[in-house]
Amino acid sequence: MSTTTSTPTAAPGPIAKSSVGSRLGRNLTLGFSRIKYEVRAYFRQGDSVFFTFLFPVVMLTIFAVAFSEQNFGTEEEPLTAAAFYLPGMLAAGLLLSGLQNMAIDIAMERSDGTLKRFAGTPLPVMSYFIGKIGQVFVTGVLQATLVLVVAGVAFGVELPSEPSKWLTFAWVFVLGVTTSAVLGIALSALPRSGKSATAVVIPIALVLQFISGVYLGFSMLPTWLQNFASVFPLKWMAQGMREVFLPASFEVLEQSESWNLPGVAIATGLWLVLGLIVTRLTFRWIRKDS
Amino acid sequence: MRAGQTGDDRSMNNTAPVVHVEDLGKTYGSFAAVDSVSFEIQRGETFALLGPNGAGKSTTIEILEGYRDRTSGHASVLGVDPGKGGLDWKARLGIVLQSTGESGNVTVREQLTHFAGYYPNPRKVDEVIGAVGLDEEASTLIRKLSGGQRRRVDVALGIIGNPEMLFLDEPTTGFDPEARQQFWQLIRSLKSDGTTILLTTHYLDEAAQLGDRAGVIAGGTMIDIGAIDELGGAEARVPIVRWRDGGVRREVRTHTPGALVASLMVDGAEPAGLEIIRPSLEDIYLQLVADHATAREVENAR
Repeated sequence: MSTTTSTPTAAPGPIAKSSVGSRLGRNLTLGFSRIKYEVRAYFRQGDSVFFTFLFPVVMLTIFAVAFSEQNFGTEEEPLTAAAFYLPGMLAAGLLLSGLQNMAIDIAMERSDGTLKRFAGTPLPVMSYFIGKIGQVFVTGVLQATLVLVVAGVAFGVELPSEPSKWLTFAWVFVLGVTTSAVLGIALSALPRSGKSATAVVIPIALVLQFISGVYLGFSMLPTWLQNFASVFPLKWMAQGMREVFLPASFEVLEQSESWNLPGVAIATGLWLVLGLIVTRLTFRWIRKDS
Repeated sequence: MRAGQTGDDRSMNNTAPVVHVEDLGKTYGSFAAVDSVSFEIQRGETFALLGPNGAGKSTTIEILEGYRDRTSGHASVLGVDPGKGGLDWKARLGIVLQSTGESGNVTVREQLTHFAGYYPNPRKVDEVIGAVGLDEEASTLIRKLSGGQRRRVDVALGIIGNPEMLFLDEPTTGFDPEARQQFWQLIRSLKSDGTTILLTTHYLDEAAQLGDRAGVIAGGTMIDIGAIDELGGAEARVPIVRWRDGGVRREVRTHTPGALVASLMVDGAEPAGLEIIRPSLEDIYLQLVADHATAREVENAR
């Protein structure tokens, strides 16, 4: 720790203290400037566009084509592969655009000197986070729109018409994408270097997707694995998406035979709070003295 | 005075040094990277920190930039403890770090316009682009620039906020001679605007061109400090006269080289290989560092 002695020659000059209101205004203004900057840079980065942005739509296409002959519903109520996988792909999009993208992106920025540069500027950390979460939100919305359009137009999936379903979609999406982004920021502290970031983050995201009902139907998994997956937020986001896009007859396949939307809100919300706490405690522009 | 700066603040502290460092120390375990270093930089002054690799230059500058915590001693930059400097303090600084490798998916102009938004009184983006000589690259993605051009973007980002205090950590590494000349010109114009500058460099000619004063750091300690043309003391600047005397190489340091040469000519014979050398900053610097290393060895041998 530093020891401080008062100096007779250079008394700290009075630094203009602006009001809390104007500070918040500045944080938000810079935050929006960051969003614009981040989104622009994101789409110029070829690999992130492919591996996080287009990935769900690519996977949906593969499943829809590979299982085009199969019926995922019942005799009376048939369901195409595209319709069956749509909620899972939307949930995967939340995870990829949020957690995977953020964790890798910030770990890279830490190791390539971007964060060190910010540390030497008057950019508030809050504006940086607004930029990151805003970028995830913008790309997440575009990604979900693309998935829905491809599902509806290319594979003839019938999308819900009830406003209540879309309202559920809206809150599951907003809560999910925010939680996912915040957890990604928290997770970015884990990789020790930018180079190892993808190796650390992608397996975590991949395992979560397999056990949370994205690629494998959740009801196919053994109960113990379902219980294990229920600890993590992706299972709940996927469940919320199934409520919106699958026929009501599928509800009995869920754990406790219910869509359990309050459970979706609580589990995802708890992870959001946890992510915020971890981020608050661990995030630093730079690791001093490392 | 530049517009927008709080007038009271500046006039009140006009005579106080912008950087004040006293007995600064930084240890890593038992290794002392910086050991009781002291110096001051006055407002408008350019101070060059010289020294071999690993001497503690960058550790010192990074403590003053707020990137590292010091272990002991006192430091203040613009009247603020750099370990506790907030955003208002950072808004008055410009920092050019040693090396960066950012992904650079934005153009030069986009990057500078964006960073200008962080500061209360930024310079004009196009002026800064012109000042670092990147007019033609303004719309090029940063990742497509050459190493030297990227370095100029770093410098541009360091000055975009119109800083009162500018830190330059080996700013011209990788520059070609022409780019270095342009860069010097830029720094001179910043100096004439009243910017206070702390510069570390490997290039002694750069320190001689830009610096008002310099400090030489070796092994974590300040081994000499003074005006650029007084570094090493008067003794180190005494001209050297060299010649060969019947195959034997002679070397004499004298304040009156002309008189010495005249005395050599007494018997009328032209002295072989005669030269009169005035030590350059580089000669003086190398001598200082070498003397320090020898002193250390003697100390260690005891």
